[in-house]
Amino acid sequence: MAKLTFNGGIHPYDGKDLSKDKPIRAVLPKGDLVYPLSQHIGAPAKPVVEKGDHVLTGQKIAEAGGFVSAPIYATVSGTVKAIEPRRVVTGDSVMSIIIENDGLYEEVEYPERKPLEEMTREEIIECVKEAGIVGMGGAGFPTFIKLSPKEPEKIDYVIANCAECEPYLTSDYRRMLEEPEKLVGGLKVSLKLFENARGILAVEDNKPDCIELLKNLTKDEPRISVKELKTKYPQGAERQIIYATTGRAINSSMLPADAGCVVNNVDTVVAIYHAVVEGKPLMNRIVTVTGDAIADPCNFIVRIGTNYHELVEEAGGFKQEPVKVVSGGPMMGFALFGLDVPTTKTASALLCLTEDEVSRMEPSACINCGRCVEVCPGRVVPRLLADYAEHYDEEAFLSHDGMECCECGCCSFVCPAKRPLTQTIKSMRKMQLAKKKK
Amino acid sequence: MSDLMKVSSNPHVRSKSTTSSIMLTVVIALLPAAGFGIYNFGPKALLLILVTVASTVATEFAFEKICKKKITIGDYSAVVTGLLLALNLPVSAPWWIGVVGGVFAILVVKMLFGGIGQNFMNPALGARCFLLISFTSIMTNFDCDAYTGATPLAALKSGESVNILDMVIGRTAGTIGETSMIAIVIGACILILFGIIDLRIPGTYIVTLAVFVTLFGGRGFNWPYISAHLSGGGLMLGAFFMATDYVTRPITKKGQYVFGFLLGVLTGIFRIFGPSAEGVSYAIIIGNLLVPLIEKVTLPKAFGKGGEKA
Repeated sequence: MAKLTFNGGIHPYDGKDLSKDKPIRAVLPKGDLVYPLSQHIGAPAKPVVEKGDHVLTGQKIAEAGGFVSAPIYATVSGTVKAIEPRRVVTGDSVMSIIIENDGLYEEVEYPERKPLEEMTREEIIECVKEAGIVGMGGAGFPTFIKLSPKEPEKIDYVIANCAECEPYLTSDYRRMLEEPEKLVGGLKVSLKLFENARGILAVEDNKPDCIELLKNLTKDEPRISVKELKTKYPQGAERQIIYATTGRAINSSMLPADAGCVVNNVDTVVAIYHAVVEGKPLMNRIVTVTGDAIADPCNFIVRIGTNYHELVEEAGGFKQEPVKVVSGGPMMGFALFGLDVPTTKTASALLCLTEDEVSRMEPSACINCGRCVEVCPGRVVPRLLADYAEHYDEEAFLSHDGMECCECGCCSFVCPAKRPLTQTIKSMRKMQLAKKKK
Repeated sequence: MSDLMKVSSNPHVRSKSTTSSIMLTVVIALLPAAGFGIYNFGPKALLLILVTVASTVATEFAFEKICKKKITIGDYSAVVTGLLLALNLPVSAPWWIGVVGGVFAILVVKMLFGGIGQNFMNPALGARCFLLISFTSIMTNFDCDAYTGATPLAALKSGESVNILDMVIGRTAGTIGETSMIAIVIGACILILFGIIDLRIPGTYIVTLAVFVTLFGGRGFNWPYISAHLSGGGLMLGAFFMATDYVTRPITKKGQYVFGFLLGVLTGIFRIFGPSAEGVSYAIIIGNLLVPLIEKVTLPKAFGKGGEKA
C-alpha cells in the first residue's frame, strides 16, 4: 500500500536525534510561576484569586472568560504575588497571574471520577472543559468545543495527531513511547462521545517503534487503528492529516467536523485522559529542550508557568551562546527576545540555535522557479500571494485564495532567492483576519 | 547570554539551494554541449563562447555599476545567458556578433525590464532572434572547416535524406551547441537529477512536435523523418534549456503543460509551413509572451477547493 500522505511538503533536516532517546524527566520549578490569562484562542481567562491568596497545586486560579475560553490551574502551591502584564513567547505583554512557589507542592484533592462506562456525553465534555484543556499542538483552541460539534453522530473519525512533523520535536514521540496506554485511553474517551466514529492513531513512519507499540496495544480494539503516514512536513497540519488518513479535504472556511473528523494532538489526548479518568486538570506538558546550543538536550515534563530559564538550566545550560531561541519547532515556532517567558499550554519545545540561517541570507529577486508552488500543501501560488501582499492588493490576494495559506513555512523554506514568502503572506492574512473580526 | 537575540517570523530554517547554486548547475549541465561544440567545430567555438559570456557578464556589471544598483553577476545568471547565446551561434560568426548579442541580451531584454526575474523573454533567445533578423547572412551561414552545406533540418526540408546517427551524436552542421542530442540530453539529465527542471515542459513540447510532424509533415508516421525533426535543429537545446527557463515559463503546473504543447505546435508550424527550416527560437519567444495569459487561466485550485489531488 502506498504510504498515506498529501501533495506538496518538504523534508527539512529533522534534528530529532539530539533528544529522541532521552526519557521524559520531571522538572520542579524553583522560581515564580507565571500564568498568562491568554494561552488559548478566544477570550482571556478571568482570575478567581487575588494578590496574597494562598493556592494549592491543582487549584483553579482563573475561570473561562467566555464560551471560547479555558480556565487555568495553579501547578505549584504558594502565594499569589501579583496579577500584572508579563511578556509571553509571541513578544506580547499579557495579563498574567504570578505565583510564588513555596516549594511544598501541596495538592488539592482531585474529584473521584465515575467509571468511564457510566459517564454521559455531557459529563465527559464538562470534565474536559473544566480541566482547561486546549489544543496543545500549538493552536490552543479549547478542546471541549472540538469535542461538541452540532451533530456528533456525523463524526466518522477521531484522529489522534501523532505525526510530530516539526523538526527537532520529540515530545510527542517520548509520550507515545512511555505512556501509550494513556494516549489510547484518551482516544477511547473521545470515541465514547462519537458512537459512529472510528479512532485513528496517525503516526509518521520515522517512528516505527511507536507504530509497533501502538499496534500491539490496540490489537484488541476494533474501533481503533494505527495509520502510518509518510514522513514529510507538514504531515501533522490538521487539514493535511485529515486528508492523508481519510481522503477528505477541508478548506479554511470549514471545520474538521464538516468532514466528519475530530483531530487532537498527542498531549491533548493524554490531557483528556487525565481529566476524565483521573480527575486532574491540565497542569503540565512535555517540552523538548534542544538545539545545538544546549549542553544536554532533553524531554521534560514541565509544570505550566515554569520559566524558560529554568528549563535551559535543567538541560545543562548552554554549551555555546545561542543566537536564536525559538519556542516551538523551527518551521512554525516563535523566535524569542529573551528566555524570561513562561511555559504555556501550547509550548511544545524550546529550540536554541547557535546560528540564525535566516538573518545570514539576503533576499534577492524571485526567479519564478516554482518551488513554492510545488511544495505548498495549501495548493496555492505563494509567489503571487506574496506579490499581492507586498502591494497590499487585497482583492487579488483574496481571489487567489490567500486565506487558504496555513502559514506552514514550506514556501520560505525552499525559496532559492530566500524571499520571506510565508512571512509576507502571514502579515496580509493577519490584516484580513483582523478586518473580518470588526 | 546576550540580550540581543535574533527575532524573526517563522520559518527559522532554510533550504541550502540558492539562485547561484541553481544557475551554476545549469552552467555545468551546459558543459557537455559546449564541450562537444568545441570538439566538433574547433577552437574558434571556444573563443566565441568566451567572448559571448564575457560580454553578458560585463554588460550586467557595467549596467549595475552605472545605475548604482547592487551587483548581481555573482548569481551566474549572466553566465547562463552568455553560454546559451553562444551555443546558439554558428561557429563561422565573427567575434563581435557574440559581443553585440551579449549586450542586447542583457541590456535590452534583461536589465531594462528590471534585471533577473523580471524579463518577459528569454534573454539568450531574444538576442538570437535579434541577431537572426539583423545579421541574417552571418547567422545562417553554417559553413565551416568541418562541414559545408546545409544543416540537417534544411536538407530535410528540401527533401534530401539525412543521417540520423550523425545527428544524434552531433556530427553535423549547425550552431555550436545544438548539434549533439546526446550531449544535450546528458546535461538535461543533470538538471533533472538535481531537481532544477522536470519533464513537464520538455516532455510535452517534444511529444507535441512529434505528433505535429506526423500529422502535417506530409510523410505520415515515418520514423526516420520524425526522429530527424526531434534530433535536428535547436529542439533539444531549446526544450531542455530554454523553454524551461524559470523566469519566462508559467509557474503553474497545468500552465507548463499548456506551454509545452503551444511550443510544440508553434515549432511544427514554423518548421513545416514557414520559409525557414528552424522554428524553436521563435516558438519559445512567442510562447514567452503568452506566459502571463497562460498562468492566468491555469491557476491551481486550493486544497479543500478541489486542488488537493493535484
